[in-house]
Amino acid sequence: MSPADSVDQPIIRVEDFDLFYGGFQALLKVNMSIRPRQVTAIIGPSGCGKSTLLRSINRMNDLAGEVTTRGQIIIDKQPIYGKGINMVDLRKRVGMVFQRPNPFPLSIFENVAFGPRLHLGLSKTALREVVEKSLTGVGLWEEMKDRLYAPALSLTGEEQQRLCIARLIAVSPEVLLMDEPCSALDPIATDHIEELIRELKSQYTIVIVTHNMAQAARVSDETAYFYLGELIEMGQTEKIFTRPQKRATEDYITGRFG
Amino acid sequence: MKLDARLTEKVVFFLLLLATLVIVVPVFLIAGLIVKNGFAALSWEFLTQSPRLGMRAGGIFPAIVGTMYLVFGTAVFALPAGIFAAVYLCEYAKESRLTRIIDVAIVNLAGVPSVVYGLFGLGLFVVFLKFGTSILSGSLTLAIMSLPVIVTASREALNSVPQSFREVSLALGATRWQTISRVVLPNALPGIITGAILAISRAAGETAPILFTVAAFYLPRLPQTLFDQCMALPYHLYVISTQVPNLKPHIQYGTTLVLILMILIMNLTAVFIRAHFRKKKQW
Repeated sequence: MSPADSVDQPIIRVEDFDLFYGGFQALLKVNMSIRPRQVTAIIGPSGCGKSTLLRSINRMNDLAGEVTTRGQIIIDKQPIYGKGINMVDLRKRVGMVFQRPNPFPLSIFENVAFGPRLHLGLSKTALREVVEKSLTGVGLWEEMKDRLYAPALSLTGEEQQRLCIARLIAVSPEVLLMDEPCSALDPIATDHIEELIRELKSQYTIVIVTHNMAQAARVSDETAYFYLGELIEMGQTEKIFTRPQKRATEDYITGRFG
Repeated sequence: MKLDARLTEKVVFFLLLLATLVIVVPVFLIAGLIVKNGFAALSWEFLTQSPRLGMRAGGIFPAIVGTMYLVFGTAVFALPAGIFAAVYLCEYAKESRLTRIIDVAIVNLAGVPSVVYGLFGLGLFVVFLKFGTSILSGSLTLAIMSLPVIVTASREALNSVPQSFREVSLALGATRWQTISRVVLPNALPGIITGAILAISRAAGETAPILFTVAAFYLPRLPQTLFDQCMALPYHLYVISTQVPNLKPHIQYGTTLVLILMILIMNLTAVFIRAHFRKKKQW
């Protein structure tokens, strides 16, 4: 497959996907395709199911107790729902950045080394290389190389969120799921993280959930609008924000609603 | 008649203060009396020699050693069982009828009188399992008595570890057990250890559970194996207070002081650990 094709071939396909929390249906027959090495934004008002969908892609919803699903999500031709799915492999391939920066109360080095230590069994020097590469990838190496053993919790919010992304890419995932990664950050830090997201998409497929429509417009290539558990409209970000096909989408993005 | 609000305020304040004093005064009286009368008995000889002349002279060394063995034995049995049970209940077990029954059982176990644990230990360990009256039987009995407190404290410590730590770890592809052993337990450990020390220090001062399972009236030599009996401070105190006539009271006070000091040291260790980690904890 040439690189040109691979942009057109979706890496993630969501097929007729329903999700129930107990008796409450949070996602209704969602069908969508996510292309590789692009940023796909999921927008919509609170409670529309956007985070639920995101957390279905690495099956973090399984932790929430009584969750049942129907339909399928396929990542790189492999279905992720069904018997015999290896959760560890799935989550190595599909990583997640959370709303609040959540480094472990360990040193900067230990935070980044956490994933590789689980999966790779590296030598000390190899581990150091992975840490350096990951921190370089998020633009923290130059600042942090002399204080790798400082506690991660002493960093600023932006640095912590960068560190969390470094911790994630240290396990070389294919997909990065970001659940409102800037909502706990100030506007300047938000700007920097968005910059980082644009850089990272050359190597990773990124799906980002955001409340902030301007952010979706700034960072994403494609945008999906969700309302009450349904995918209302999905398309190129530019189109969604300038010429949406559906009235509901237009109402939301122009701020008449939501 | 309408009461003057300021008068009410004064009366209420006075009553609250009185209630506080009622609690605090006996504690100071007990501590003061024991230190005042017991301090005179403390000597190198008292701490390092066996009792002589039918306990009327000499020291309490075998009882100190016995209590240390029992504390150690209790910790060896109670810590792993208590911590693993708490991990299971917090991290693995889904909320169900069974876990609710276990919850109720743990709360009730904490309320069982200690003499009942003693009789249970006698029945199970001494007689049925044929461990005899031995350090093994005594430690196991004290361990079972300490378990509810250790499990409860450990569960609290585990529950206080932020859920987000677990999520991140799992999201990075860690298994349940890797998450528990690398993230949850290290962060919960200070709380667990604090609770465990408090539980075991309480066990160290118990008389009833060791009465039928391990404690010896008097032993001429120190225990050699787990299957030997041993002397222990609380039981020794009971013996010299009730079974030995014409005893100089300072021996009783001295024994009490040593027992209380041992427990105090353990509790202070727990307080120190808690304070140390609270300062370091940033979440």
